[in-house]
Amino acid sequence: MISTVVVFFLGLFFAYYIAKVPRVLKGILDVILTLPLVLPPTVVGYLVLRLVGPRRVLGKFFLAAFGFTIPMTWWSAIIVTVVVIFPLMYRTARGAFESFDNTLMYSGQTLGLSNSFIFWRIRLPYCKQGIIAGCVLAFARALGEYGATSMIAGYIPGHTATISTTVYALWKNNQDAEAFKWVLINIAISAIVLLAVNLLERREKQKGVTA
Amino acid sequence: MALSVDIQKRLGNFELQVKFETAEGMLAILGASGCGKSMTLKCIAGIETPDRGRVVLDDVVLFDSEKHINLKPQNRKVGYQFQQYALFPNMTALQNVMCGVREGNRQEKRQKALAIIDRLHLNGCENKKPSMLSGGQQQRCALARILVNEPQVLLLDEPFSALDAHLRFHTERQVENIINDFGKTVLFVSHDRDEVFRLTDKIAVMENGHLKTMGEKHEVFKDPSTIGGAILTGCKNISDAEILSPNRVFAKDWGIELSVGEIPEDFRGVGIRMHDVKLLRHNGDHQASAENAFHCKVIGEIENPFSCSIMLRPDGKEGERYILVDLNKERWNEIRSEYLDVCLPSEKILLLK
Repeated sequence: MISTVVVFFLGLFFAYYIAKVPRVLKGILDVILTLPLVLPPTVVGYLVLRLVGPRRVLGKFFLAAFGFTIPMTWWSAIIVTVVVIFPLMYRTARGAFESFDNTLMYSGQTLGLSNSFIFWRIRLPYCKQGIIAGCVLAFARALGEYGATSMIAGYIPGHTATISTTVYALWKNNQDAEAFKWVLINIAISAIVLLAVNLLERREKQKGVTA
Repeated sequence: MALSVDIQKRLGNFELQVKFETAEGMLAILGASGCGKSMTLKCIAGIETPDRGRVVLDDVVLFDSEKHINLKPQNRKVGYQFQQYALFPNMTALQNVMCGVREGNRQEKRQKALAIIDRLHLNGCENKKPSMLSGGQQQRCALARILVNEPQVLLLDEPFSALDAHLRFHTERQVENIINDFGKTVLFVSHDRDEVFRLTDKIAVMENGHLKTMGEKHEVFKDPSTIGGAILTGCKNISDAEILSPNRVFAKDWGIELSVGEIPEDFRGVGIRMHDVKLLRHNGDHQASAENAFHCKVIGEIENPFSCSIMLRPDGKEGERYILVDLNKERWNEIRSEYLDVCLPSEKILLLK
């Protein structure tokens, strides 16, 4: 959940600026930022581990500065899901931004509106559909993330367990009923989120017609 | 109140080079699509940056490449109406107009916005989204949003092109009144000569990124001076031509010699408007005596709602192009012959560069 929020802002930020950079640079950045989507989760997990492991550059820095290690904590699970789901948000948001009608921005500018007002009040609402779609995809992927999470955060019940790792651990230990319970919870959460998104969209549409 | 523009901008093979000055009142830039009209407006508004030059509005330098001055569009006090209006689709008409108010708290902004909505007869539309407004209402809403912003100059980019033909005339009159009340400099860009002629007194003709002719509208229509200008002002009969003697030219496309007035420098062609071609009685009596008179074969006719355009080719010539003559329907039905005698009065012939 938290990863989705983080990715929402991160994805928007990157999508917005990358939609503006020159083409060659755009192509290169695009490849780097989309890579986690294509790589197997274990590979992503391995790469993140190399980056933040206690003996690696970033990990060492954290250990020295804050006195703790990143892997095997609950928020390491968040970091790794952010990395994995980021491309989904970034890709869809960028697509949405590129379809934006720039004359709206120009007219806003000539009217003296600040660029941040134009971004939050005109560009985002205009691209709302694409951005919601990106969020839903990212959230779905975050919920289903297993490979990279299990490599970095491991499985410590009540601490770093995510639904997907819990289900796997329970099933492995022959606790079938327990596992099934978590499966149901997972289905329920996903269904509720999707339903909420659908309702939201429909209400927006009605508002547009009757207003 | 004056706007002075002198800019250059290169875009691939296209070169924009525009220089003009205008005081208050309305100046129309007439040009075919893609000639750089909109780009000029965008450079004035600060949406595009010229490569070189200066833009000055009421003694305020908006852009100067030498002094590295380039004000943000937000600070230029330029009202820009886009072809498709560019209303914010997620906001109501009132919210759109409120976006244009620069100063004041929410309540004051609302008051100002409501006042201008009332002035432009948009009452009842306040809470509608732009998609629910008619074309004319959208247009006025965009104007309201700009006027409430209190700009020093108004830039109108093809303001009527998105409207249906029957709405256009009516909307034009409304906009004319609004603009007259505005009382400052207005730049109006269009490819429609009728629109331009009805709305403005001063016209500049733009071709390929360059301003060709600029002047009072009657003058420009009487003497467009360039081939492009002649086409834009609606001249249908244009031919390349060669100079034969000081007062005589050969129109290549029609294969005929013509007596003309004083030939300008860089002379390239002649033109004559459809309604300026004079019909002689077709029995041929006056043929010999009249200047620039020709015996022509009728090679086709085009029926318009209220007139006929007759396509003529001088007899015995194999020119590429024909000469079009406008006749009223009854007259043509009376005559209806295979040959017509026409005269191209020398004082009506346009001498073009």
